[in-house]
Amino acid sequence: MSQSFDIIIVGAGIVGAACAAECAAAGLKTLTLDRGMVGGGTTAAGMGHIVVMDDSEAQFALTEYSRRLWLQLRDQLSAEVEYELCGTLWVAADDEEMAEARRKEKYYTERKARVEMLDSEGVRRAEPNLRPGLAGGLRVVDDGVIYPPCAARFLMDQARRHGAEFRAGTVVRALLPDGGVELADGSRIGAARSVNATGPWSPELMPGLPVRKRKGHLVITERYPEFVHHQIVELGYLKSAHSVSKDSVAFNIQPRQTGQMLIGSSRQFDAEGAEVDHEILNRMLARAIEYLPALGKLSATRVWTGHRAATPDKLPLIGPSLDHNRIWLASGHEGLGITTSLGTGRLLADLLLGRDTAIPAQPYAPARFANGSVAHG
Amino acid sequence: MNETRLRFEVVVVGAGPAGLAAACAAAENGCRTALLDDTPWLGGQIWRGQQAHPTHPQAARWVERFRRSKASLLDQCTVLGPGDQRTLLAERPDGPRQIEWERLILATGGRELFLPFPGWTLPGNFGPGGLQSLAKHGWPVAGKRIVLAGSGPLLLAVGSGLRKMGANIVSINEQAPLSRLISFATELLRWPDKLAQAARLKWTVRGTPFRCGVWPVAVEGGEQVRAVALSDGSRRWTEECDLLACGFGLAPNVELPLALGCQLDGGFVRVDPCQASSVAGVYAAGELTGIGGADAALVEGEIAGLAASGREGAARPLMARRAAWRRFGAALAAAFALREEVARLAAAETVVCRCEDVRFDRMKSFAGWRDAKLQTRCGMGSCQGRVCGAAAKVLFGWGMESVRPPVLPARVESLCPVRRDKVS
Amino acid sequence: MADQIQLRVNGKTVSVTAGTVVAAAVALAGLTRFRRSVRGEARGPLCGMGICMECRVTINGQTHARSCQTVCEEAMEVRTDE
Repeated sequence: MSQSFDIIIVGAGIVGAACAAECAAAGLKTLTLDRGMVGGGTTAAGMGHIVVMDDSEAQFALTEYSRRLWLQLRDQLSAEVEYELCGTLWVAADDEEMAEARRKEKYYTERKARVEMLDSEGVRRAEPNLRPGLAGGLRVVDDGVIYPPCAARFLMDQARRHGAEFRAGTVVRALLPDGGVELADGSRIGAARSVNATGPWSPELMPGLPVRKRKGHLVITERYPEFVHHQIVELGYLKSAHSVSKDSVAFNIQPRQTGQMLIGSSRQFDAEGAEVDHEILNRMLARAIEYLPALGKLSATRVWTGHRAATPDKLPLIGPSLDHNRIWLASGHEGLGITTSLGTGRLLADLLLGRDTAIPAQPYAPARFANGSVAHG
Repeated sequence: MNETRLRFEVVVVGAGPAGLAAACAAAENGCRTALLDDTPWLGGQIWRGQQAHPTHPQAARWVERFRRSKASLLDQCTVLGPGDQRTLLAERPDGPRQIEWERLILATGGRELFLPFPGWTLPGNFGPGGLQSLAKHGWPVAGKRIVLAGSGPLLLAVGSGLRKMGANIVSINEQAPLSRLISFATELLRWPDKLAQAARLKWTVRGTPFRCGVWPVAVEGGEQVRAVALSDGSRRWTEECDLLACGFGLAPNVELPLALGCQLDGGFVRVDPCQASSVAGVYAAGELTGIGGADAALVEGEIAGLAASGREGAARPLMARRAAWRRFGAALAAAFALREEVARLAAAETVVCRCEDVRFDRMKSFAGWRDAKLQTRCGMGSCQGRVCGAAAKVLFGWGMESVRPPVLPARVESLCPVRRDKVS
Repeated sequence: MADQIQLRVNGKTVSVTAGTVVAAAVALAGLTRFRRSVRGEARGPLCGMGICMECRVTINGQTHARSCQTVCEEAMEVRTDE
């Protein structure tokens, strides 16, 4: 067995990179391996939003904690990370969605997350390109967007500055019970612990892991600065993110610092291929045009797909795996991987070193899926 | 079926020589045929401007033959990529189209290869074919001093064409060494028409220096081209000019074939003797299968059109002619192959990706195309990597990965052609 | 005798023969800068065949229009550098 590390992280997406940064900063001898390069998988495919979400207390806790960490990191980030505090505007099309907006307002306010309720006129003023006749919306002030591939690279560079090692183009075949890994070429690298941070591919290294691929589509436009100012999401998004069986689309648009806009979103299970599904794409864009009528005439330069790593309860897996206390997990982040990467890295390092965690780590424990307690939604 | 969803037996993409020949063959053999082109003109790049100012009898004959055929023309029709089964998603100025096909003939032609060197992004630097196209559509060249540089038979052809339009051709500079060009000229004896054509063109620019083994090393100017610095490897000198026409040969427009899943061979679409690609029902003809010019394109297009109409037998007699033109294409490629110096012209601060302003030194720091793309956005801009991707292949040996739709920028509404009534 | 078309480039009237492309009209108006790159560099057409995207201007309010592929029409409003 060659070399020996305190920790080997498999997967150099933004979650793996954040874990590497935290472990290395904590003084652990860290090695990160990826079959490709930094931030080239799901990280490169996603939208790059940094948001709070309130699907559950545990989800709110992790997103809010992570968002705070991003805000603290902001001044150190390189320009390429393009961190913009554009905020999120949740829009309500009708009274039912407006009631949901009010529920969110109360929820976030009680938990000290800054929000601003907007009526129909307010929403139009905030985003003049939205169609008239919306019921109103909720502005989440401290949400933002980043450019994920560069953010992942920044975190890996941070890790390297603390002595961590990264090997690109390295395929891991197996996670060994003693904490080391076996590579595709048969060689082995020793470690006290390993971390599976391979996102939607996690079950390949741990068969039976309750992580499923959830496919999404995105479209990027040419540069149209000022077309939208916030990240805009329809409150119906929550129904889409909730649904676990149907193929669904929900309106979501994100301005990037470049002035380009990302248009999403879609969710499908059992769609393993990377090819664009034209029916889904059609539905997704038609919905976006309903909210932003002038969007139809704007120029789009690229359409692509990606897979999120989805767990049954929409919370990630952070901590020691069920069967092997030397094999750990940092996976299953669904559509919140960019946001919660920093919180995940911090929690993982805390758990590894036996430090107190800033938020309870128990809701994300992989052990919650011990036989008999797996939830299917 | 509404009017934005169209159905044809044979759809031909690209109205250059290959596409015209293919559409004629298919339509004349009774197939319901459509010819698509993203410009308002027929003739592709090589026969640009032929409709307004016909100078090329061959082009006029083919356009006339197409018009007499029963094929439909969909001009100003940009194909965005495959839609669902055997359907193309497309866009015209008035809105999206879905075009169903039973057989598809791709004739999307070639584009010029641009290589970066200091100052190459200044306004006034065009590809030679590009400048000729623009000039035929009104770009003022009369009295302008023009230097041509780079590589390929286009330099001489364009120099001659621009001279006829009143331009002052300062010099024509081919990077291939003289020895290779002499050898190519000898080979041209096998194609006497081509040799005569070359001689005629050369005669039209007599008096203008025509140099071999010379390449551009920098463009000088503040807000536009003012002069070009040239080198022969030992000497460097500057020539003042108003416009520079510089291109390093042609590359095939394989984006649509790739989007359809066609396999490539050495960068070109792989086809069988009937021009059929690796995808059932999809054919390719013209520059897509190998850079060979209009003659090769015409015969390949005709073969594809006959094959797509089920007339493979009628295509067989054409194959000898095709083989001859393919040999010509191979001789061309060998003669005008790029020397290594032209792959090393970029300085550290030279922009390689023009759409995203990514400099050479930044790009060079990455291990491969994908990494460079994600970290710098090179190749993710408006040209979708057509300019910088081809250059990166020459500069760094990076292969392009797969193509993402749309194959050309599209209006968002064109990507959702089916619009249901809003359900509240 | 060719038809003449009048259009406006950056507010200035330009007269061109029918069949002229918008890119040529911009050149005939005496302009060399069609657009600015991401870092503000002056850019003009390169490929002349609709793939380099450097010739983009605003035509009748529609941004990102490829001027090398667009034929001039009467009373067109063309704006560069936007």
